[in-house]
Amino acid sequence: MATQTEATNPVPFSQGMKIGLFIPCYIDLIYPEVGIATLELLERFGLDVGFPLDQTCCGQPMSNSGDEVNAAAAERLFIENFKTYDYIVGPAGSCVKQVRCHFDKLEQTEDVRHVRQGTYELVEFLHDILKVDSFPWAEFQHPVALHNSCSSIRGLGIAKPSEIMGPAFDKTADLLSKVKGLVLVPVDRPDDCCGFGGTFCVTDEAVSARMGLDKAHDHIRHGAEYVVSPDMSCLMHQQGIARRAGLDLKYIHVAQVLNGGPF
Amino acid sequence: MGSAKQVDPAVAAEQFIIRDKVHEPMHDRFLWAVMQRRDREAAAIPEWEELREIASQIKEHTLTHLDRYLEEFEANATRRGAHVHWAVDAAGHNEAVHSILRDHGVTELIKSKSMLQEECGMTPYLEHRGVKVTESDLGERIQQLDHQPPSHIVFPAIHKTRQDVAQLFARTIGTDPNHDDPHFLTEEMRNNARPRFLAAGAGMTGGNFAIAETGTFVVCTNEGNADIGAAVPPLHIASIGIEKMIPRVEDMGVFLRLLARSAEGAPLTQYSSHFTGPRKGGELHIVLVDNGRSRRLGMLDFWHSLKCIRCGACMNTCPVYRRSGGLAYGATYSGPIGVILDPTFDEFKYSELPFHSSLCGSCSDVCPVKIDISDQILKWRRVMAQKGYLPFAKRVSFAVAGHVFGHPEEYHAVEKIAEPAVAHAPHFLLYNRSLNPWTRDRELPQLARQTFREWYLANRSTHAKPEHRS
Repeated sequence: MATQTEATNPVPFSQGMKIGLFIPCYIDLIYPEVGIATLELLERFGLDVGFPLDQTCCGQPMSNSGDEVNAAAAERLFIENFKTYDYIVGPAGSCVKQVRCHFDKLEQTEDVRHVRQGTYELVEFLHDILKVDSFPWAEFQHPVALHNSCSSIRGLGIAKPSEIMGPAFDKTADLLSKVKGLVLVPVDRPDDCCGFGGTFCVTDEAVSARMGLDKAHDHIRHGAEYVVSPDMSCLMHQQGIARRAGLDLKYIHVAQVLNGGPF
Repeated sequence: MGSAKQVDPAVAAEQFIIRDKVHEPMHDRFLWAVMQRRDREAAAIPEWEELREIASQIKEHTLTHLDRYLEEFEANATRRGAHVHWAVDAAGHNEAVHSILRDHGVTELIKSKSMLQEECGMTPYLEHRGVKVTESDLGERIQQLDHQPPSHIVFPAIHKTRQDVAQLFARTIGTDPNHDDPHFLTEEMRNNARPRFLAAGAGMTGGNFAIAETGTFVVCTNEGNADIGAAVPPLHIASIGIEKMIPRVEDMGVFLRLLARSAEGAPLTQYSSHFTGPRKGGELHIVLVDNGRSRRLGMLDFWHSLKCIRCGACMNTCPVYRRSGGLAYGATYSGPIGVILDPTFDEFKYSELPFHSSLCGSCSDVCPVKIDISDQILKWRRVMAQKGYLPFAKRVSFAVAGHVFGHPEEYHAVEKIAEPAVAHAPHFLLYNRSLNPWTRDRELPQLARQTFREWYLANRSTHAKPEHRS
């Protein structure tokens, strides 16, 4: 019932385990620097990271639209690619949510269950599994607006949604607070959706664009120079909006900040 | 129930956005402010999340024992002197109401807000049969005068500015079109409506809750209009959906704490009126309506939507609803709750509604009775895809993408040609409004010269695959 699903890998983490690097298709094609930053960052902690070369897409664009039939081949391939790894880590909240929450139409074999339970979004892996307490190599002397994606907040539980009552927490902000020089600027609507929403951004273009523009104005109004997110797909949309509107904002992934580049 | 035409919320929402620079931003800002009040009110109650859970459990319990509680309610309401009628569908409801009015010779009716009566299309039905129907809720009256359905289940005219209302009242009740002070407009409507209360032969209400153990129903309003409607005319008729049952009076202590806080960020509605039997010298009729509810109760993925207490919090928090306006949904219920309720009335007509969502999930988290709205939206998408209601372009492109994503060698072949293809594509093709909706309001992202995979092969290819899980 609850939309939030914390990762539940039953295998306790230990050094020397095999980590599978999950690089979503749009990061591979458009933002390779995010993949590089993620890999380098994980390697800094002495982890054994492998990158299955046959990976394509997690199936989310089809699955999100209700088209489970056409999503199934991509989902099965994902399982094949990653079933031999102990932990699977990807720098993309919505794709990780797809694997963890929405691979439910596949037959739930042992491999499928293992992959679903063992797939982590980068921030939660650093925060909850590695429990990283410093990034001595990183420095970022800029005011930053943080955009935790809806999938990360309400799907994976990496921050408290504003609608839910209780003690506030934000795993991404926790990690960023350990980066020298970085200042997080408060914004008016930190967890109001930016309007990306996968295929929604083209099927509902007008509403999506308005949501994105409101988001960019919220960021610029509070003096942000950079918008940093664990989800590059939201930023791809926001960046396109800001460029068209002539707003001077830069968009980078949290992995790039924590690793100290590449930018 | 099949209907000829699908509603297209994306197009209607675009009209709301491009109409001018006033309506959409005002609508968004007002409802966002309501949400902030809601967050403050909820935060002031330490046991808020526990209350939501208890409310959800009470509703689940009642819905899974609905036959028992309905009969208990009927017996107790009858014992208190009310007449209880059963309506299997909208037509049955409307006929029941009309026959009560006819038996009493009533030709003028004053009614308070009721989404169920909207759902049943009651007003046009009665007016067609010579009954004059007047809405007494201010927002509903505005919508009635403008021949529009309510755009929000709590704030029916929230898509209108006060200037819109001033113009409307000038046209319909003769006020000064330039006088748009809300107090003035409200007072004018009060003076206009008051004689109608006195003339009406019957008053109608809905019911927010129906309490089985006492046969009581509870009506929550801020204007007190339902109370005058129930107190002045000699005949009171209440339309109540069968899902409104709760077992005990003490359960109200849970729901009243949640309802107004969720709906409008206030501790309570101004009036929470309990009706138990007719008043002295009066007559009370209760019409219990199914209209698809028992069928919905049998839908494994969707029956939780029956827990809804119609607070509208999911609409206020929904970033898509705030930018669309409720009329864009083309249905009785709009916003996230509408997206999951409306297809139960007509799957084809409302097949586009589940796609009018960014699936941000805020609706599920804000819902005071913990309906998994966002999950149900995705499940409705699956239903629409299975029924073949997906738009043609989406069907074809997903079939191609689904194949390519399932075959790495084809995927990497496509990757190889994509970058040079996009880099050399003519500008008019990439930035064509109708061919590529992405570029209407956005610049395209640039494909990288070297994919991550290519970088990896060049830099890290020695340990690409581990042999075994440890």
